[in-house]
Amino acid sequence: MTVRQVAPDPLTVQHRHELLRQMLFIRRFEEKCVELYSAGEIRGFVHLYIGEEAVAVGVNESLTPDDNIVSTYREHGHALARGIPVDAVMAEMYGKITGCSKGRGGSMHLFDAGRRFYGGNAIVGGGLPLATGLALADKMRGDQRVTACFFGDGAVAEGEFHECMNLAALWKLPVLFCCENNLYAMGTALERAQAQTDLALRAESYGMTAWPVDGMDVLAVEQAARRAAESVRAGGGPHFLELRTYRFRAHSMYDPELYRGKAEVAEWRERDPIEALAGRMRAAGELSDEELAAIGEKLAAQIDESVMLARAAPAESVDDLTRFVYSTEPA
Amino acid sequence: MTAQAAPSRRDASRAGKSGGPASPAGLVKISYREAMRAAIREALQRDDRVFLMGEDVGRYGGCFAVSLGLLEEFGPERIRDTPLSESAFVGAGIGAAMAGMRPIVEIMTVNFSLLALDQIMNNAATLLHMSGGQCNVPLVIRMTTGAGRQVAAQHSHSLEGWYTHIPGIKVLAPATLEDARGMLWTALQDPDPVLIFEHGSLYGMEGMLAADAGAVDISSAAIRRQGKDLTLITYGGTLGKALSAADELAKDGIEAEVIDLRALRPLDDATFLASVGKTHRAVIVDEGWRSGSLSAEITARIMERAFYDLDAAVERVCSAEVPMPYPRHLEEAALPQIGGIVAAARRAVG
Repeated sequence: MTVRQVAPDPLTVQHRHELLRQMLFIRRFEEKCVELYSAGEIRGFVHLYIGEEAVAVGVNESLTPDDNIVSTYREHGHALARGIPVDAVMAEMYGKITGCSKGRGGSMHLFDAGRRFYGGNAIVGGGLPLATGLALADKMRGDQRVTACFFGDGAVAEGEFHECMNLAALWKLPVLFCCENNLYAMGTALERAQAQTDLALRAESYGMTAWPVDGMDVLAVEQAARRAAESVRAGGGPHFLELRTYRFRAHSMYDPELYRGKAEVAEWRERDPIEALAGRMRAAGELSDEELAAIGEKLAAQIDESVMLARAAPAESVDDLTRFVYSTEPA
Repeated sequence: MTAQAAPSRRDASRAGKSGGPASPAGLVKISYREAMRAAIREALQRDDRVFLMGEDVGRYGGCFAVSLGLLEEFGPERIRDTPLSESAFVGAGIGAAMAGMRPIVEIMTVNFSLLALDQIMNNAATLLHMSGGQCNVPLVIRMTTGAGRQVAAQHSHSLEGWYTHIPGIKVLAPATLEDARGMLWTALQDPDPVLIFEHGSLYGMEGMLAADAGAVDISSAAIRRQGKDLTLITYGGTLGKALSAADELAKDGIEAEVIDLRALRPLDDATFLASVGKTHRAVIVDEGWRSGSLSAEITARIMERAFYDLDAAVERVCSAEVPMPYPRHLEEAALPQIGGIVAAARRAVG
């Protein structure tokens, strides 16, 4: 299988600037998270997306505000690309009531029902059935909506993955399965976990269209995602993208990275999706160093502002501890 | 919540008869299975968002024939046969509910529900909370529970007590025709996930039910028999045994009050605490195992809140702590039986 060649959308320079800005936004946000974590200001599991930004940003370009997203515990990038305000995401990192999940979820459980962002799911594979159900509801009602479901290569080992591939294909549900293959399920390399490592092939075996994509190239991701989403939207049933990517940082804040070599990480860092796009734009005369610096400064200021707001935001009263267990408090 | 004598408490405000079944006065003969089917049919007729999904609910007519005929009446979109993928179709029910549908998901037996436990525990029960109140899950999951049919150790257990451990879900156990007919609609109106446990031995139970029977409340226990000497607390498949035991006891002049819990979570403890306050003795009958169980929870609540009302130690009649054996005599020995309930009651009365 190869990436299907389609005529590229007429991407404007402005559009490429926007993709670059979004990827940088995610990168800077997470770098700030590392700083805050080290300072003890935020806690919990924090899974960084650094290196994988092209996937969230590229796929998001194929979605409308009316589409659904189901994500994983490594979802800061998906949430920010979706447009959940950074102030709300940062406040969630702080567990404050102004957070996008009112502070109840933290890094792994970002939600924004208004933006049809149905979580941060921290059970590997656990989001796939939800995405299948969201899509089932749309299909039954005749709504022309796509449900984008992000998950990692680790999910392919879960029974829920296979159950959902089959069910979605059987019922021709409008799901765009976005497999972020970063080669490691925490510390277990793909080839140590899977007898067949061609994940698109696995998906194809369920009777759905599937293809691998260079997940380090935001333009390639966008192009593939647009094509797949359009087909899903047109009633073509579920589609599967294997987005080949790499996480540059540790699995979480507690990971000494004993399972992979520095040379491998360095090799992938050479393919940094932000550097790759910026380099292309520079070469084409679409981006100057000054412009790039200006974008970075603006983003830094925005993120610093979100930190200040999160710090100042009120914590929820302990009196409200048992809120949100039932929609209405039982008698 | 106070104890109420009448076993029948229809919630007229929720029942909203418009669109419901025609209501000639009087009673009709009906089975538990038919009552459940009537409830599903009514829900499908009244609300376009409702659909039934599960293994063999369509062409086969339901493993226990509850949904027999509904495929022909409502079609395959709304009576949806699924592959044997409990996690996927329960999770799909959660997703569809989150998206505004009102799915009824049928799981063949509670033992199989363990294949979907991730979705029930990690998603259905937690989404509202993790999302800070944004994502509620108005889902109903029905499943068969319980023993008594010689189907051995993977089709016979009563695991509803496990589910009562979980904040975020509601757990119901219809033990009567009226509850089989009426709990579903109310459960579908609930904004949060509701699990309904149908004891397998009840499907064939027949009796008379009001022709216009409809929705019932799903939050309170019911006193099925009045008594002053001791309180028998039970639910689901053992209600009949408890009532028979009460008849036995009455022959000796011991008047047992029989409480049908109906709702296992949230637990209406006010009803049984009030009863214990009156009778001063309690025997809990639960087909679940004793250790770490619903019966243990009920005992604890009595200790916490009615300790000084007690004249005797709380007794429990539960299933023997063994995976359910196949041979009839061993299965019967493993389950709560009338004789054991009577003996426990006599010990309590002293």
